[in-house]
Amino acid sequence: MSIVYKRPEVFTDEYKKYCGGCGHGIINRLIGEIMEEENLVDKAVLIWPIGCSVYADKYFKTDSICALHGRAPAVGTGVKRSCPEDLVVVYQGDGDMVSEGMAEIMHAGIRGEKFTVVFVNNSIYGMTGGQMAPTTLMDQVTTTTPYGRKDENTGHPVNMAEIISGLNGCYYSERVTVNSPANIRKTKAAIKKAFKYQMEGKGLSFVEVLSPCPTGWKVKPLQALKWIDDVVTKQYPLGVFKDCGQEEK
Amino acid sequence: MNRVTVDREMCKECEYCLHFCPKGTILKKSTTVNKMGYYPAEAVDMTDCIACGICASVCPEGAITVEKNI
Ligand SMILES: Cc1ncc(C[n+]2csc(CCOP(=O)(O)OP(=O)(O)O)c2C)c(N)n1
Ligand code: SF4
Ligand code: SF4
Ligand code: SF4
Ligand SMILES: [Mg+2]
Repeated sequence: MSIVYKRPEVFTDEYKKYCGGCGHGIINRLIGEIMEEENLVDKAVLIWPIGCSVYADKYFKTDSICALHGRAPAVGTGVKRSCPEDLVVVYQGDGDMVSEGMAEIMHAGIRGEKFTVVFVNNSIYGMTGGQMAPTTLMDQVTTTTPYGRKDENTGHPVNMAEIISGLNGCYYSERVTVNSPANIRKTKAAIKKAFKYQMEGKGLSFVEVLSPCPTGWKVKPLQALKWIDDVVTKQYPLGVFKDCGQEEK
Repeated sequence: MNRVTVDREMCKECEYCLHFCPKGTILKKSTTVNKMGYYPAEAVDMTDCIACGICASVCPEGAITVEKNI
């Protein structure tokens, strides 16, 4: 028998606290797989946010730091500048990044910090019970927008992958999703590319992942995957917004 | 025959593996719950399995191991 797939060894035996069908589980797993395949486990420092992935330091055997709400890019800046040979992965949710920590990510991009950002956009505050985030879609029902999000009160969704791609310090920015086997493969390729650029010493590499939050969206996991196709990708188109590696070729 | 193993206790019954497996006969939901109260997926009949690994690639828990008989 030859192994086609087995769970990455980089995971501890800790039971993950994510809900069934949560995209964080898939994205965590891809990060683990890539670190193993690319021999980066010993070099990795994972910076975790506040949100449902706050416990992820317990899931990985690598070095980890939990940053305060939205401050993961600031912590990542310190780690990467003092240990430039390390693989520094700044992992953030949309509430964490776009609400509480918008200044941090913007200035990390402006400064061209040389780490990778994995931005998990589930268009909601998952952990605290499904409140509206700046990334919440127009008309999306959340616990704080019971009649749907309306622009006269709360403005419009924020397209981070496009915004970050507009900063000179950004080397690579792509938006992907994890709602099908093919899209999961593309997400893995995008994160792998971002890690590669980082290990080559390039500027900020930013991967936005549209991620299902069945609990916050109050749907079954399979319906959440469908909702990403039908609704979420209309606001947040998939694709590469900047790839300086491609331009150099 | 190829082998697919689901870790019963890790599974959270999201049904992604059941939905995306290209063959309908291999994976089924268990009729009994695990410790956390989920009805985990299990491999009931390996005859049609092509060891493509799709089930494992969509599992948020990393609960699935796929082995190919060579
Ligand atoms: C400064 C601060 N404000 C509010 C909170 C409460 N809080 C914890 S998690 C969270 C939302 C996280 O949402 P997101 O970043 O989208 O993560 P998700 O759970 O959706 O992955 C909030 C508001 C906090 N911990 N700290
Ligand atoms: S609330 Fe949403 S983001 Fe949080 S673990 Fe559950 S499904 Fe995942
Ligand atoms: S390896 Fe492929 S065919 Fe076999 S159970 Fe998994 S998804 Fe189905
Ligand atoms: S994909 Fe994983 S967690 Fe979901 S039902 Fe299948 S084995 Fe269980
Ligand atoms: Mg969120």
